[in-house]
Order: sequence, then C-alpha cells, then structure tokens
Amino acid sequence: MNLTLKIWRQKNADDAGEFVTYQAKDVSPDMSFLEMLDVVNEGLTSKGDAPIAFDSDCREGICGTCSLVINGTPHGGQKATTACQLHMRHFKDGESITIEPWRARPFPVIRDLIVNRQAFDKVIQSGGYVSASTGGNPDANAIPVSKHNADTAMDAAACIGCGACVAACKNASAMLFVSAKVSHLRHTPPRSTRERSTCPFDG
Amino acid sequence: MNLNSNIPSGPLASKWERHKFDMKLVNPANKRKFEVLVVGSGLAGASAAATLAELGYKVKCFCYQDSPRRAHSIAAQGGINAAKNYQNDGDSVHRLFYDTIKGGDFRAREANVHRLAEVSRQIIDQCVAQGVPFAREYSGYLSNRSFGGAQVSRTFYARGQTGQQLLLGAYQALSRQIGLGNVQMFSRTEMQDLVLVDGHAKGVVVRNLVSGEISSHSGDAVILATGGYCPVFYLSTNAVGCNVTATYRAYKRGAAFANPCYTQIHPTCIPVSGEHQSKLTLMSESLRNDGRVWVPKKQGDARKSCDIPETERDYFLERKYPSFGNLAPRDIASRAAKEVCDEGRGVGPGGLGVFLDFEDSINRLGENSVQERYGNLFNMYERITGENAYKQPMRIFPAPHYTMGGLWVDYNLMSSIPGLFVLGEANFSDHGANRLGASALMQGLADGYFVIPYTIGHYFASHDQFKPSTSHAAFKSAEDEVNTKISQLLSIKGNRSIRSMHWELGRLVWEKCGMARDKEGLANAIERIPQLREEFWQNVSVPGSANELNVALEQASRVSDFMEFGELLCRDAHNRDESCGGHFRTEVPNSRR
Ligand SMILES: Cc1cc2nc3c(=O)[nH]c(=O)nc-3n(C[C@H](O)[C@H](O)[C@H](O)COP(=O)(O)OP(=O)(O)OC[C@H]3O[C@@H](n4cnc5c(N)ncnc54)[C@H](O)[C@@H]3O)c2cc1C
Ligand code: SF4
Ligand code: FES
Repeated sequence: MNLTLKIWRQKNADDAGEFVTYQAKDVSPDMSFLEMLDVVNEGLTSKGDAPIAFDSDCREGICGTCSLVINGTPHGGQKATTACQLHMRHFKDGESITIEPWRARPFPVIRDLIVNRQAFDKVIQSGGYVSASTGGNPDANAIPVSKHNADTAMDAAACIGCGACVAACKNASAMLFVSAKVSHLRHTPPRSTRERSTCPFDG
Repeated sequence: MNLNSNIPSGPLASKWERHKFDMKLVNPANKRKFEVLVVGSGLAGASAAATLAELGYKVKCFCYQDSPRRAHSIAAQGGINAAKNYQNDGDSVHRLFYDTIKGGDFRAREANVHRLAEVSRQIIDQCVAQGVPFAREYSGYLSNRSFGGAQVSRTFYARGQTGQQLLLGAYQALSRQIGLGNVQMFSRTEMQDLVLVDGHAKGVVVRNLVSGEISSHSGDAVILATGGYCPVFYLSTNAVGCNVTATYRAYKRGAAFANPCYTQIHPTCIPVSGEHQSKLTLMSESLRNDGRVWVPKKQGDARKSCDIPETERDYFLERKYPSFGNLAPRDIASRAAKEVCDEGRGVGPGGLGVFLDFEDSINRLGENSVQERYGNLFNMYERITGENAYKQPMRIFPAPHYTMGGLWVDYNLMSSIPGLFVLGEANFSDHGANRLGASALMQGLADGYFVIPYTIGHYFASHDQFKPSTSHAAFKSAEDEVNTKISQLLSIKGNRSIRSMHWELGRLVWEKCGMARDKEGLANAIERIPQLREEFWQNVSVPGSANELNVALEQASRVSDFMEFGELLCRDAHNRDESCGGHFRTEVPNSRR
C-alpha cells in the first residue's frame, strides 16, 4: 500500500519545528509502524538527507522507548499496543497518517519525534523504591505475601514508563505513572514504618 | 598473552568463602576516594552501580538509552534460576552448578559457576526485599516453574516479564543512589573508547548522543556491563541498539575476547516476514510444553495446515528425539528446524518456518486453559503476524538470542587489562559454550550485586591508587581517534544505506556462522567480510554532522564495529575443528556429544 505521512520535524530543542509530508510507497501490511519508518529513512539516508529521528530499542513493547503520537493518539489506536508493536495491516492504502512526538511540557522535544523523559527518572529518584541495600535481607519466603497482593503489585508494576499517559493527558500529568509505582510498592512486602511515613510515595 | 584465571585454591565448594576472607578490604572511610565508571545499566550494570554506591564508592554510570530502566534486560521473559530448593524436589547449589556446567558443554570455569550457584539464593532474597513482584502461590509463598529442560523447579518468575521486574528492582536501587547524589547518571551517552594509563584501565571516552559532544571521564576502575552482541547477525531477539562497540573497542585496546563464536540460537521466535524486518520476537520457550512442532512430510507442500492430514505431518522433534520430544534442548531443536527447512519442507514466507501446533492441547485442556497459560503470548503473536494461534498453528523459526562469548575475565571478573572489569552478558565467564534458560538474569545480578562489590575492593587495595586527570595525553589521543573516526564516517557520503550494509553483513554471518557451520563456508565469510567492510568505508551514506543528535551516525558507528567483529567471530568458528555447545561444525557433529 501507499501512504502519505505528515511528520513533525524539528532540528533541536530550540528549533520551532514543522510538519513535513513524505510518501511511503509499497508498504507491506506485515511491517511494524517503526519498520515502515525505517524504510522511509533508508530512502532519505541513501540520498544523503537526515533520517527522521525517533526513539526505539526493544521493538517488542516492553522497554517503553518508542514514543509516537499517531493520528492524535499516543502509540496509535490499537489497544495495549505500543508504536513498535503496531502493524501496518491496520492502515488502508492511500491513507494519510500524522506522526508527532509526545506533546507535553515536561517532555521537551530534542529532535523530530524524540523527547526528553528524564522527568520520569526524577520521580523514581525521589522515592519510587524500597530502601533495601544489597545484602542482609531475610530469606525470600520469610514474609508471605498474599497471592492477591502479589498479583495486584504485578498489575501495577507492568508499567513500561513510556510516558504515553502524560502525552495523552490535557494537563500533562504523571498521575497514572506515579500511581502505578505507588500501587506496586504498596502491595509488596511491607516497607519499614519509617519509610512509609517519610516517603512521598506512601502519602 | 598471559591469562591467569586467579582461581583460589582449596575445594570447589569453599573457594568463594575463603576468597572473600583472603581478599583485601578498603576501609569504609576510604571508599569515597575511589571513583568507578560503570558502562551499562542493565541487570549487571545497574546492580553493580547501585551496590558500589551503597558501599560508599563514587560512581558514574553510562547508558545509551534515554533512561537506565530501558536496558535490554527489560525484555527477558521467562525467569531467573536460584538454588532455593523451595519445592523440596532435590535441588541444591551443587545441582545448579552441575546443570550449568553440563549445559555449557563443560566449557565454563567451574569455580565461577559454583560461586554463581551459591549466590543465586541471595539474589532472590535481595529482589523480594526490593519489592519485585514474583509469582506466588495461594499460601503467599513464592512460586517456581521448571524451565529449559531442567528436572527441578527452580525458576522464579514475574508473569512473562521477569527481566522487566528484576531490572526495575535494580533501576530503583540505582535511582535511590542517584537521588542521594552517590551515582552520577549519564543516559543517552555512548562509550566510544577505553583509556589505559600505565597499562591500567583508567577511563572512557564517551559521546553525548544529544549534543554530539565527545568527552572523557577518568576513574580508578572501569566496569563494562554492556550486554551481548547478537545484532552482528542483524536480525536477532535483541533490542535494535544492542552493540559490540564497548567490548570491541576494549578488545582493540588489548582486552582478550573469549569464544566469540559461542552464540545461542533460540528455537521459538516469530519468523522473518520480509526484508523490512528490523528484529525478531522471541516467543517464550514454555510454549513447547504444550505445542507440537511439525512440518509437512512432502517438500513444497503449500496446503493450509488444516488441510494436511495427520499421516502427512512430520512431528520431527518427537520422531528424532523421542525422550525429549518437543522439549529438546535449544540448539538441537533449532538445528532440527533448520534441517527440515533446508530439505524444502519449511512453512510460511520463504519456507523458513515450522509449525508449533496447539490443537491437541486445546482439545485436551480446553481453549480456556491454554489461554490462561499462554494468553499473552498468543496475543503478541497475533499483534505481529495477524494470525490467531487458537485457530491455526503458530509458525516459528530459530533466531540469534544470546552470546556466551565475551571479554575474557578471571575469577575476580577482571579482564586481561588490569582495572577493567566485565559483568553480565558482556563477559564470557559462566555459560561455557551454551547457556541454560533463566541463567543469564541470575548471572547478571550475581556479578553486580554479589561479586564485583567484593573483588573490586581487592583490586583497589592491592594496587597503588592513582586516578589520572582527563588532561592526560592518553585521554587526548583517544578523543582524537574517536573524533577522526566520526569525521571519516561523515565524509564518506556514499549511496548505500547503513541498514542495507548491516543487513548484508548480518545475513552473511547468519548463513555461514549461524546454526551450523563448516570450514568452507567460514573461509568464504572470512574472505567476504573484509570486502564488505571496504564497501562500507567507501560507499555508505551517513548524513548530518557530528555535533547534533544524529541517529545515522550512531548506527554507522555501531555497524562499523560489527564489520570488524563479524570477522573475529567467523575466525574463531573457523579455528575450532569441533562441535561444542552452540557451535556446531557439520564436519565433526559428534565431537563432544
Ligand atoms: C527476548 C529475550 C528474552 C530473554 N529471556 C531471558 C530469561 O527468561 N531468563 C534469562 O536468564 N535470560 C534471558 N535473556 C537473556 C538476558 O536478558 C540477558 O542476557 C541479560 O539481561 C543481559 O544483561 P546485561 O546487564 O548483561 O546487559 P543489558 O541488559 O543488555 O544492558 C546493557 C547496558 O549497556 C549499555 N550499553 C551498551 N553499549 C553501550 C555503549 N557503547 N556505551 C554506553 N552504554 C552501553 C546499554 O545502554 C545497557 O544499559 C533474554 C534475552 C532476550 C533478548
Ligand atoms: S502508566 Fe503511563 S508510563 Fe506507564 S505504561 Fe501506562 S502510559 Fe506508559
Ligand atoms: S521500542 Fe521498546 S516499547 Fe517500543
């Protein structure tokens, strides 16, 4: 299939940025969205033009690196599917697709579709952990945790830290990300009383 | 080269205990005078950086992703082994040690592996204390499963996201130290070179991937925890950014590289769908517990799977290896799949795939039970292929997955360059010629949490301390070399894309040095790789400049190292007139088995 892509291009954090239109030809339905962009980029680089910069690493939906707003929706329209797992079979021949970076003030664009998400690291650094230094911890089975709590903790801990929630929120709030971490830590073996009372994560 | 493994004397089972006592210590007040540079923030790097900072050392940590939490360890699915024997099924430190040695085809260093098995138990305690949400029974106690053909249930897991949860545990421990000011974190920063002063590793040259700035960092020791090099095959189950740059550049500075040709090919990955493919996705091995692997008996049989009658199907693993059946070890299952595809009986695009069929299990257990066990994997399969594996068999094909080879290290995890330590998948130490499932996560965390914190102190206490300034000539000349290489890449201005060059190299290494290897093919690869490298340096196109975020330059720099390293890998395979673990030479198939 052939597609028209309207892609956000921005040289660096200070550049104003603009949409540029590209044609993607002979796109296979079996390609992932990022592989489709790879092919567009291959065309650009072999001509000596700068490729469209976008973030990705694992390309299997777990690292949380990819971060595209596709037709106005972070990660595109498929449920529970990151951009790297989105496949082109969900698009139609002749369609026009708009591709933007996360749009949120805490995540400034650093080039094209790449943003700076260090704000998330800062959140975790400010208390999103258990203060259990290496060594000297009790046997793993010393404190039983109900299966229910363990499962609830895991549901929350599955957050991939991608930032789509911030990009989707009109106020660019990180509530979903933060509450996922709170919920994860609250349902695992008890943190010390002291840590509970001083840590912002425990409220 | 003199390689002294520095294995402590005494009986195997007490070496580590004794060594811990014999090693020199750095007193608590002095620790902050030592600065450690940790390259990598995966399980190995993050656990090391966090633990060393907890002990009081000054630490700088580097990773190429935008956050340390995104290291490739995040993608590990299945689980982590530990000799806890919670199941009372006969496991022990000795059994885990024995299984790992045997699994590695007797090529791993016994003293290291024994230590690994010993500390495996502490790893689980540590992770639980950090809040890692391992799977639990209704009793509230930890659940285990058996994995990768082990006869005991010693694998701890967190749904299908064990690597993610372990890494988040280590990342959070690291974040705590960053927040406390004990670790300085440099993300989106790629190591370009290792700097030696008076023969000791004393620093690194790095590139800031956002600004393009090249800078030097000096320290009292350098730790590389930069992961494996599977993308030398282009397509693999690794993240697209995984690279050999850090370890290869250390090799060029004199660090010994051990067993580069020992690579593991995983049998259950989603097959290649076309030339656009950028990576291959692993489907957990656990699927082979309930799926049956088959291909049509007839060559080129293009019928739909449901139209092929039972009598015309070849359940080749069950036929060839009746005692293992579909659970045959990884390398055996991978090669068997290759053989049937070579015979023209493969299925799917290009005939490079075999069926993994759940029909019998669905009939036996019901669709619900199968969904409960593997629902997330079936969903993932459908997302990628658009096919519903409840209705038609999955198609799978082997893909490069893990690299047992790596920088040589001694018992203290120090490379052949004093002061350069190597942890995790980047070293060669614990898996010999093949790795058991669920043992890489264990090794990464063992190295970082429980080995390096002891051994690095011994190094500091037994050598005169000196931390050179980054204005030392060695840093300047390393920086110059890095800058020269970057300007060379940018000035080629050819007309081939980086991806097409990487693809070509990867396919060549895969064909000649993949699942099965022979002398002639390897000789051919050794001849062709230098030509390809020549072509790369003549004709690749790397647009943009050095002083900006330049993804093309990042890729070109990594591919340029693969262009050299690929040859090293093939030369190693060529020199080994034997089959051993993941290295299978067709002329001598049974030399070790
Ligand atoms: C899909 C998949 C599933 C797996 N499942 C399992 C499993 O179930 N059980 C198991 O035991 N093992 C499993 N493994 C293997 C295991 O995940 C890895 O071997 C292990 O996580 C490697 O950890 P590491 O810390 O050594 O490296 P990594 O996690 O790869 O980390 C490497 C780090 O180095 C950094 N880095 C790399 N190069 C540079 C550079 N030049 N400059 C700066 N930084 C750099 C990266 O940014 C990253 O932070 C799996 C592997 C894959 C691919
Ligand atoms: S909570 Fe936010 S950061 Fe976490 S996975 Fe969901 S969208 Fe991504
Ligand atoms: S690239 Fe890892 S989640 Fe998309």
